[in-house]
Amino acid sequence: MTAGGVTAPVSKPTPAARGPDAAFIFKKALISALVALVLFSLMIGIRTEAGPTGQLIYWTRFDDLAEMVAAVFFGSIAIELLRHWWGPVGTVRIVPPEVTSALALARRAIAPLLLVFTFLVPVIFYNQRYILDLGILVLTYVMLGWGLNVVVGLAGLLDLGYVAFYAVGAYSYALLATNFGLSFWVCLPLAGILAALWGVMLGFPVLRLRGDYLAIVTLAFGEIIRLVIINWQSLTGGPNGVSGIPRPTLFGIPLTSGDDGLAAKLGIEFSPTHRIVFLFYLILALALLTNWVTIRLRRLPIGRAWEALREDEVACRALGINITTTKLTAFATGAMFGGFAGAFFATRQGFISPESFTFQESALVLAIVVLGGMGSQLGVALAALAMIGGFELFRGLEQYRMLVFGVAMVLLMIWRPRGLIGHRAPTVYLEHSQAISSDLVKEGHG
Amino acid sequence: MSDGKTILTVDHLAMRFGGIVAVNDLSFEAERRKITALIGPNGAGKTTVFNCITGFYKPSAGSMRLTHDDGRAIQLERLNDFRISKQAKVARTFQNIRLFPGMTALENLMVAQHNALMLASGLTFLGLIGAPSWRTAEKRAIEQSTQWLKRIGLLERADDAAGNLPYGDQRRLEIARAMCTEPALLCLDEPAAGLNVRESAALSELLRSIRTDHGVSILLIEHDMSVVMEISDHVVVMDHGVKIAEGSPQDVRDDPKVIAAYLGADEEEAIAVMESGT
Repeated sequence: MTAGGVTAPVSKPTPAARGPDAAFIFKKALISALVALVLFSLMIGIRTEAGPTGQLIYWTRFDDLAEMVAAVFFGSIAIELLRHWWGPVGTVRIVPPEVTSALALARRAIAPLLLVFTFLVPVIFYNQRYILDLGILVLTYVMLGWGLNVVVGLAGLLDLGYVAFYAVGAYSYALLATNFGLSFWVCLPLAGILAALWGVMLGFPVLRLRGDYLAIVTLAFGEIIRLVIINWQSLTGGPNGVSGIPRPTLFGIPLTSGDDGLAAKLGIEFSPTHRIVFLFYLILALALLTNWVTIRLRRLPIGRAWEALREDEVACRALGINITTTKLTAFATGAMFGGFAGAFFATRQGFISPESFTFQESALVLAIVVLGGMGSQLGVALAALAMIGGFELFRGLEQYRMLVFGVAMVLLMIWRPRGLIGHRAPTVYLEHSQAISSDLVKEGHG
Repeated sequence: MSDGKTILTVDHLAMRFGGIVAVNDLSFEAERRKITALIGPNGAGKTTVFNCITGFYKPSAGSMRLTHDDGRAIQLERLNDFRISKQAKVARTFQNIRLFPGMTALENLMVAQHNALMLASGLTFLGLIGAPSWRTAEKRAIEQSTQWLKRIGLLERADDAAGNLPYGDQRRLEIARAMCTEPALLCLDEPAAGLNVRESAALSELLRSIRTDHGVSILLIEHDMSVVMEISDHVVVMDHGVKIAEGSPQDVRDDPKVIAAYLGADEEEAIAVMESGT
């Protein structure tokens, strides 16, 4: 194997040639320990509490402090030694090439495997309502992530108010269904169109804005929509929300225990799980539609114009590309998918209120897109799975959940600053498609 | 004034930024299917003129008329932004290369055919359903891009990211990208900057073939005098925002005012220098 032959000479550094410099390591560890001492002396060294009569009681915990400082000191030495042992290239030295090539193979297989697994989830976990509900939640965020990916990942427009379109979609369906009795399948496209219209309405005033300014205006837009929903009581029910939203039907056949229900029609015993499974496949279909349309759009002139816009707006203008319509279509397309997801959310919950559409949702979806690697469909799906699934996974840890989550995020951003999948796949090729390194791909500046 | 031979007429063009006059009362003409060079020392206002012609600046005064082959005349100062390229068919390159670095060479050329492809894809809808008419249009666009990649010698690097190409290749790719918009007038801002002797000879060859084989008029800003003298049909010299000379490359080269502007001396001194030299 040629690869092994090439890497063999560098993979075994002689300890004598680059032995750890004891004085340097010691000095570094000492500084770390000193910083830890200063930091922890008040945080750990002295414990204060309010006494029974309100007076201040305090006691010292110098043994705990000493333990912490010692841990930092020896930990620092251990890290330095490990670093010397691994060498500057880190993982390349310790991971054999066979593993790397296996990982590359796994990377290619991960998308189809994930898809097959997702299709089988209701079959495998049929009796586990919790898993099915979690699956629906994850898929909703996958869809939202894919929708926002059009705006942020492809067109490079930082949108902090994406939840607004989610809300518009949800309220469109909820109000049309409860007031006019329209069915889910009629309302779904309407919700998408209405959200897209709001996307255009947001797009117009922010066309000239870039970067931070764009982010702030979109953030405000998200809040405006929420506040309008809260205050327009006569239409939206204000903080009380809209309840009694009809459940979706399988093209007119309700999934109920009644005589006209699906179970009765098929002659099988009714189970409430049917509806959950149906919802699961519904959101899966919607998410896959989003994915298919996005992949398709990327290969069309409009999608290429979005990416070109992210790369260099001035050059786009010089090539005769209408920046205004290009940005607006990006906003509208992203908003439309958000609207679809919103309509689904409303029909799944049966009840919606402004509380579901706070800035936290926007931030979460944006985090999914950024974490996944802007522009990467697979990355966004993985990030949604990791974030929403991970959130649930650490539910037992309760108070440490956010801490674990934050640390994981920081580590990921250190190792993979451009997200899980940072490279870009070309939309058209002559000979062979080769991934473009994330160093070259621009993030857009609004 | 325009007799079909002129493609671009710049008339009393002025551009002021606050109190600074970048271009003052500039008039010149560019002939059809000819290479017109705009030269001058740094800060003479050449790029400002370019930005006015290509719609990046709105001129403070004056007019710029572009006359197409069919006699259709367009006042460039009335169009803005992307319409200059889309409707008036004026393409440009930039002094500091502005490719799409994260897209492949082929993709860069495909983006340049945006407007034609947009129509062919039925404003995206036909393309989304994969209509046959769209497929043929896309194939044709790829074919045209391939032709241009072949012309500039980048065919085997078609699938490489533009940002990974060597500097000289990026310069040529930017010209090819501008040509993919099928322009009537091609404006090149210092295309030979940073090229070595062999590369700038290849560039001269490329520009001549664009003029002769494609019938595209070229307006060129250039510092590399060997390129200017070799390929220009007509040279306009600017200094401090005004035109100081104009004519064939030979005429301009011998003009004392031009030499003075380049040497930074005043006219009498330059003449004295020249006379003492001969």
